Amino acid sequence: MEWDWQYSSDVLPDLLRGLRYTLTATLLGYVIAVTLGLVWALLRRTPNVVVAQAVRWATEFIRCTPLIPQLFFVYYVLPAWGLTIGSLTAGIITLGVHYSTYTAEVYRAGIADVPRGQWEAATALNLPRSRVWLDVILPQAVRRVIPTLGNYLIAMFKDSPLLLVINVTELLNTAYREGAESLRFLEPITMVGLLFVLISVPASIFVRRLEKRYAAH
Amino acid sequence: MSEVLDSYPQLLRGAWVTVQLTVCGAALALVLALLFGLAGASRHAWVRGLNRVYVEFFRGTATLVLLYWFFYALPLVGVRIDSTMVAAVLALGLNVGAYGAEVVRGSLKAVPAAQYEATVALNFSPYQRMRRVVLPQGFALMLPPFGNLLIELMKGTAIVYTVGLADLARVSKDVQGSTGETVAVFSVIPVLYFVIAQVLLLFVRYAERRVDRMLGRRPSRGPSLGTIAAGAPGTEAAG
Repeated sequence: MEWDWQYSSDVLPDLLRGLRYTLTATLLGYVIAVTLGLVWALLRRTPNVVVAQAVRWATEFIRCTPLIPQLFFVYYVLPAWGLTIGSLTAGIITLGVHYSTYTAEVYRAGIADVPRGQWEAATALNLPRSRVWLDVILPQAVRRVIPTLGNYLIAMFKDSPLLLVINVTELLNTAYREGAESLRFLEPITMVGLLFVLISVPASIFVRRLEKRYAAH
Repeated sequence: MSEVLDSYPQLLRGAWVTVQLTVCGAALALVLALLFGLAGASRHAWVRGLNRVYVEFFRGTATLVLLYWFFYALPLVGVRIDSTMVAAVLALGLNVGAYGAEVVRGSLKAVPAAQYEATVALNFSPYQRMRRVVLPQGFALMLPPFGNLLIELMKGTAIVYTVGLADLARVSKDVQGSTGETVAVFSVIPVLYFVIAQVLLLFVRYAERRVDRMLGRRPSRGPSLGTIAAGAPGTEAAG
């Protein structure tokens, strides 16, 4: 089978429209992941053992189960409990919550990485708890984890095609539909693969630059 | 709920497919990781280039896109992969192997330089050096990130749902269709995946203890920022 350039240029606009959904899901999901992850990490440090352990096991559970069953759960089970959401919203929420369990580990390691002297100095200065966290610990911890967090943005981008199981018309789904219509799968799916490489390889090079810039050690 | 429990043979069969995919994919990924990881630590620039191309390409694409490509596009250019299982194992193994290769490369680099110098002083051949000194120590560093990758692989197997292989995710959809017990099925399935993951982790912990004992080290403590970064999809393995 020959590569059909005419057909490729015909499907490209549709693919780019699909790409927009992919990017929307990735970026909004990332915002959820980055904020919720910090919440998990802080909750795990509360003196309340019950809360800390509950959060620990809940995040462990979400981290150890695949995205697809989780998408099913959010998309099909929540409506049964009276919470109806669209497929894109369900996808964004699932993607965000799923990856928040990863970013939680990252924040946790980042916080643990802040030298003990910083805590002791804060205690010696009798700083209130909120200032210790907001002005001393978190700025240092977050700085250390920026490159690692950047990697999760790329990882989420690459997991976003899974949203097609709940019928989000993201990039891969669009390509599949185009292919099914014309019975030519080669061009659209190859182009999707190339688009993914085209976006994620420069992104990972950028993250490696960040790594050099923010290297703490 | 009871209807869902009654369909346990189906669920077990699905779980078995998931386990098979995980084990085969992990075997392929391990071979690729060692091969390309060693290539990445090579002295020759062109061998290292081989490692870069493989790693960047397969880390850059999504597994699902790769699987679709094997499944829908490749047959059209004349390469036919007859079994869906093989296509899935290839897609998973190639992808996870790329992350694994980075872990191997990083771990080999993290073995103290004095060890390397000692082998030179003792006139070891390059093979002996790798086999007797560098690899055993590097292996201890590789295991924790490999454990993370194994879980990632296990989770990745769920993508075969989209090409119709009867794994746990597919079975969940089938059972939901036949019983109509949406809530029960979709709540039970994640639990089954979780059980599989925990069993896999037990094996990894056991292997970690074995290797630590072999090298006469104490078991490692909790994960540091370095190991988390190494297991993170898309990262350089931290040394």
